[in-house]
Amino acid sequence: MTLEELCPGESGRMEKVTARGVLAQRLMDMGLYPGVEIRVIRNAPLEDPMEVEADGSYVSIRHEEARFVEVCAAR
Amino acid sequence: MKKVKIALAGQPNCGKSTVFNGLTGAKQYVANYPGVTVEKMTGWYARKGMNVEVVDLPGTYSLTSYSPEERVSRDFLLHENPSVVVNVLDASNLQRSLYLTFQLLEMRVPVVMNLNMMDAAEDAGLTIDVQGLSRYLGVPVVPTVMKTGGGKEALRDAVEAVSLSENTGAYVPVLEYPALEDALHKLSGMLSGEEDALAAYPPRWLGVKLLEGDREAHRLVEEATRGGAEISQAAHSLRASFETEHGESADVYIARSRYRKAAEVAGLFTVRKKTTRASLTSRIDNLVCHKILGPLFLVGVIYALYFLAIVKGYELTNYTWPLLAAFRDFVESLLPAAGFIDVPLLRAFALWFVDSINALLNYIPIFFILFGLIAVLEDSGYMPRMAFIMDRILSRFGLHGQSTLPMVLGGVVVGGCAVPAVMSTKGIPDERSRLATILTIPMLNCLAKTPLYILLINIYFAGSKDVSMFFISTVSLLLVLPVAKILTMTVLKSKETAPFIMEMPSYHMPTVRGVLGRAVERVWLYVRKITTVVAAVSVVLFALLQFPGLSEESRARYEERKDAAVAEFQRSTEGNALAGGLDEEGILGLARYNDAFRAARMKVKTPEDSEAMARDFEARNPAFYKVLQDRRDPAAKQANAALRTLVDERRTIMLEMRKEQIETSVLGTVGKAMEPFSKWAGFNWRVNVAILSTLAAKESSVATLGSLYQQEEGGESEALEKRMASGESDLTPLHALALMLFMVMCPPCFPTVIAVKVQTGSTKWMLFSFFYPLVLGLSAAVLVFSGGTALGLTGEQAMWVFYGMALLLTLAMGFVGNGRSAEHGR
Repeated sequence: MTLEELCPGESGRMEKVTARGVLAQRLMDMGLYPGVEIRVIRNAPLEDPMEVEADGSYVSIRHEEARFVEVCAAR
Repeated sequence: MKKVKIALAGQPNCGKSTVFNGLTGAKQYVANYPGVTVEKMTGWYARKGMNVEVVDLPGTYSLTSYSPEERVSRDFLLHENPSVVVNVLDASNLQRSLYLTFQLLEMRVPVVMNLNMMDAAEDAGLTIDVQGLSRYLGVPVVPTVMKTGGGKEALRDAVEAVSLSENTGAYVPVLEYPALEDALHKLSGMLSGEEDALAAYPPRWLGVKLLEGDREAHRLVEEATRGGAEISQAAHSLRASFETEHGESADVYIARSRYRKAAEVAGLFTVRKKTTRASLTSRIDNLVCHKILGPLFLVGVIYALYFLAIVKGYELTNYTWPLLAAFRDFVESLLPAAGFIDVPLLRAFALWFVDSINALLNYIPIFFILFGLIAVLEDSGYMPRMAFIMDRILSRFGLHGQSTLPMVLGGVVVGGCAVPAVMSTKGIPDERSRLATILTIPMLNCLAKTPLYILLINIYFAGSKDVSMFFISTVSLLLVLPVAKILTMTVLKSKETAPFIMEMPSYHMPTVRGVLGRAVERVWLYVRKITTVVAAVSVVLFALLQFPGLSEESRARYEERKDAAVAEFQRSTEGNALAGGLDEEGILGLARYNDAFRAARMKVKTPEDSEAMARDFEARNPAFYKVLQDRRDPAAKQANAALRTLVDERRTIMLEMRKEQIETSVLGTVGKAMEPFSKWAGFNWRVNVAILSTLAAKESSVATLGSLYQQEEGGESEALEKRMASGESDLTPLHALALMLFMVMCPPCFPTVIAVKVQTGSTKWMLFSFFYPLVLGLSAAVLVFSGGTALGLTGEQAMWVFYGMALLLTLAMGFVGNGRSAEHGR
């Protein structure tokens, strides 16, 4: 599944990034890299974007971008 | 004195600017890197016989070539050979910060690590083994709390030590990419054959960049060397085979390796006592980003910004304006006095010039508060939350969450200014959205457009002032949004976009010094950049309104009328004890005395002042004083009546001269030449002249209309509303509506155009930002005026028809997709 499908409060382990180029690089720069635990904190008041946390970094990301992050939902 | 150049590098939100300010103090200089709009901050300090130049590189998470900030940082590090690179790290998030450190080390620049915000790390329960970290990475590590200046001298010591040592880049390769080492080895081998051409670039670093698929690195290798194409090709095929073999692209693997190492290093040298990271930030965010409370809080912040800057700032101008007025009076006192009907050119010019500058300087209190508040928003960490809340709406129209602040500054509600708004677009990382923001915010309601709106609404929409004000303050937003979308879909289509992904940093308490410093710095920038432009434009406008001047015949005609008025005065005061037998010179003296008396009376505030003023004038000329003030003495009454007649006639003559002068001036001629075309938009030549004069600053519209509709020197003035209504009985509300709509879109004033040039770094965009609103504004005015006339609509009906159309267009544009997500898959 993708990061976009996770609901606030849920978390998952990042598997891979399906984007290329600048989006992939920015995800990495913000600490979203394969292997990291990602927790969805909240959606913005108008649903988009969403705020996630990974390894102590808090990051805001649009749903259309979160679609390129594959995660494996944690129990 | 030994001269040393050092650079500051660090990720955003690591406190780098505090370090920069702490190291350099007041001596700073801002410029742009050549060819891009990225700011280059340079500062200096002298210590122990060493003169240190500090360059503050833009804050970047990484050193790729995807953004201009990263490109300039990289180029600076590679080509300017700084003696020391101070890498500022957020001690409370060591792992994330090390990600950049490894990239710096890979570039083999002499690094001093600065663990800043040690207090925040302690608060979060972190203990860092500084010595251990330093030994492991082979570079000096200095912990600081720069906010309070703690550790500053130790950091300067470390900088000094490294810059004095014969550092040849004794690099300890702490970071390896196991699965890529073979490929790297191969590339390094090929690159070392080209050592001469690529001497500035460490081969391992360049190899890593080639494997990352870094476009700049590939271009560099291809262009600089003969075997370059071959090397670049080899790197591409190594990348491809890595991906098929490992199911992951090389750049992701490289980044992941950096994080793995960063986590390892952070784990080795930090001890975390409690697991809560800045929990205060989380608690604040629960409110500030809450579904309902969040937007409410945002509205509150925007309201506070307006209230404090615009409302309170305006109140402050009540205290600062007298200073500017006193300056004007002072200049006036140095100038040759006005003659009977002639105003000396020097006098006219100097007063015009001072008035133009004063109009802008009057905004300083507003800007000071505004810039201070923006600094508070920036330093506290609220800005990204603002973007977080607004991005959904704005991104639908091709703008960006971070366009919120520029739009607020530009005047989403009545009363902003496009200049700081355009300047504040700097932080928007997405070039397409940034340009769309820059190009559209001048359409919002700046403070200076408001007087014209109020003037026109008071005359032509007097029955529905509140709705009309609502119309004008919201219609601009309904134009900005669809126009922004259309621009991003057309002229801006090929511009670089960037992902939205944005850090939500911890909240920080802004410091007084940081906030005041920034406010002063930006106000100063405004004064320097904008005032000089306005000064230059005002000179040109003056000339265009002044020349060629009155013809000999009309001048003679006015002279005749003056002589007649003088003769009439002499006749009616014949034998008068107080004013009888005055020659022309004497009469002029009386008229000036009268002007001065009235001007002085305007300034009087208390009864004591009033008495003092009366005594002063009585002492200056007892007879004249009697003429003006004695109501019982028959001689005084007679002379006073004659003086009234004379003064009225003088005023009329001067007004007619001024009017004729503008009418025959270059600008007037242009305005008249435009009339056949502009009449479709409902503009007569006077309106045309007023529009042309707004180019200097929007305030001019009312002032120019004022002088065209008879503004006088040294007398009480009838309200401009009345004069316009009486002088222009042929104008209808429809005319006024067309003019207001044109003013909404009207080309940005020159200061804004200059700000656009600074922020886009391009003359082409500057010209575009000037001409497209002109076309748009004229079209809207023609549509409203000609369309409204053809359909027989009243001003109010046309207003709501236009509003409906704008609303529909906005909604339609909101539903058009932006097709952005497709771009990332490639």
